[in-house]
Amino acid sequence: MKDKMFKYITMLTAILSVVFLFGIIISIFTEGFSVFSKYGFFNFLFGTSWHPTHEPAEMGIFGLIVSSIVVTIGALIVALPLGVGSAIYLSEIANPKLREILKPFIELLASIPSVIYGLFGMAFLAPFIRKVFNLPIGLNAFSASIILGIMVIPIISSISEDAFSSVSKHLKEASYALGANKIETIFRVIFPSAKSGVLTGVLLGFGRAIGETMVVLMVAGGSTAMFKNIFQPVRPMTYAIAAEMGETVVGGMHYSALFGIAIILFIITFISNLLMQMIINKGSN
Amino acid sequence: MKKTLIMLLALILGAGFIFSNDISITGSTTVFPIAQMTAEMYMEINPDINISVRGGGSGVGIAALMNGQTNIANASRPIKTKELKIARENGVDPFEIIIAMDGIAIIINPSNKIPNLTFEQLKNIYNGKIINWKELGGKSAPIVVISRDYSSGTFEVFKTLVLEGDKVRDDALLLASNKAVVTTVANTPGAIGYIGFGFLSDKVKAVSVGNVMPSEETVNNGTYKLARALYMYTNGKPKGEIKDYLDYVLSEQGQQIVEKVGYISLQ
Repeated sequence: MKDKMFKYITMLTAILSVVFLFGIIISIFTEGFSVFSKYGFFNFLFGTSWHPTHEPAEMGIFGLIVSSIVVTIGALIVALPLGVGSAIYLSEIANPKLREILKPFIELLASIPSVIYGLFGMAFLAPFIRKVFNLPIGLNAFSASIILGIMVIPIISSISEDAFSSVSKHLKEASYALGANKIETIFRVIFPSAKSGVLTGVLLGFGRAIGETMVVLMVAGGSTAMFKNIFQPVRPMTYAIAAEMGETVVGGMHYSALFGIAIILFIITFISNLLMQMIINKGSN
Repeated sequence: MKKTLIMLLALILGAGFIFSNDISITGSTTVFPIAQMTAEMYMEINPDINISVRGGGSGVGIAALMNGQTNIANASRPIKTKELKIARENGVDPFEIIIAMDGIAIIINPSNKIPNLTFEQLKNIYNGKIINWKELGGKSAPIVVISRDYSSGTFEVFKTLVLEGDKVRDDALLLASNKAVVTTVANTPGAIGYIGFGFLSDKVKAVSVGNVMPSEETVNNGTYKLARALYMYTNGKPKGEIKDYLDYVLSEQGQQIVEKVGYISLQ
């Protein structure tokens, strides 16, 4: 009897997550769908002018999508070498003692609340970037990419490290037995067999960076102009939703457009998750 | 079974609202400090009444009023026709009360020596026709145009009073709060921005507009044109403790609080 109850209670908790997921999907699709039908799906997705409160409203989100992708790729460019590099060092090179000290620090990076990253970016990094590159403004895609990149480092680092550590010992030893040195072993043996793990880390980092809201809100600058260069202020999708939702007319076209952006963002993260699952499944086969 | 479950759920969710004499206030972040301070002072005088104040934004507040989730909606802009229509459809009749005034100051970096801008110049800076401080008699440097977000009440006022139907230039930075505008202008020599009077500090420099310095006096005598009213909305004419609280906000004590948190009292 007790066993059965426990079974049903845990089952209920598991089902509840599914309920939450579908609840969220259904509500953003119902709220956001009217912008597709009224404004036109292609006008909405590929329009380059975002002036939702102007008369007449212009609600093209292509610039927002490009901004999101730019800062996300920028973040991965920052995080990939640092994350993978630290993972190689921790799993293959560092002695166990040093590793025990360094690892918690990298993991600590992941536990810093994003608003603190944002604060740091806004108050220190942005003015610094402005001076160093002699720019009119420090709140731009470049600064946002750096901060997002730092946030993504622990994700890529810890997942890559797991992947490196789980490469079979026999493989490594076989490589050394054939006369390969450490560097050759890392790049020719360990790295190829841990590739899917690193890729998983990258995709997780992609999801983290593209969905991050607080940091871009504080550091990206929020201008709606089409992306031309990395030192210009940009307005990623999450920025527009967070900044514009509070004051807008609930049920209006602008409101629906913000849900429309949420749908697009959801689809992008859904695809990246799907890719990740495919890689993980392929890796385990 | 299902019915009782739903009833129970509705009861739990509704209980806090239906069975108490509490007043709930929701809405504009600009009005929030006034609501918060007046609510605290009011509860000190009337300990048996509990007022809860939440932010969220003007749109959120008005939506909550329409759905009967709040007693008072704070707004930094007048209610829109569309909102009024939806409210009436839901059987809610929004009643408007102006509780304070707020001036909008034009700010630049303290290193910038420009003392004054005309409305025409401001408009052309924000629509993108003037792009360098040189054109205004300053040093040659690109103007970094900083605006508030499209749906903010402050932007709404600025759009109506300054832009007069023009679009704000595409590469303007649209920041999410008054504080973010102050920080950015303080850190950026070429920047120009606009904020509510309550957020002025010595880190930024306010310029006069059309040769009128922004101040409480110039807003009150009507010479400084960049000003707006702040609102509270109730469902129908306020009654009972809601009326009592609103009377307090409009009283001399309430208006002193308005001044204290940095806004302009009604005269």
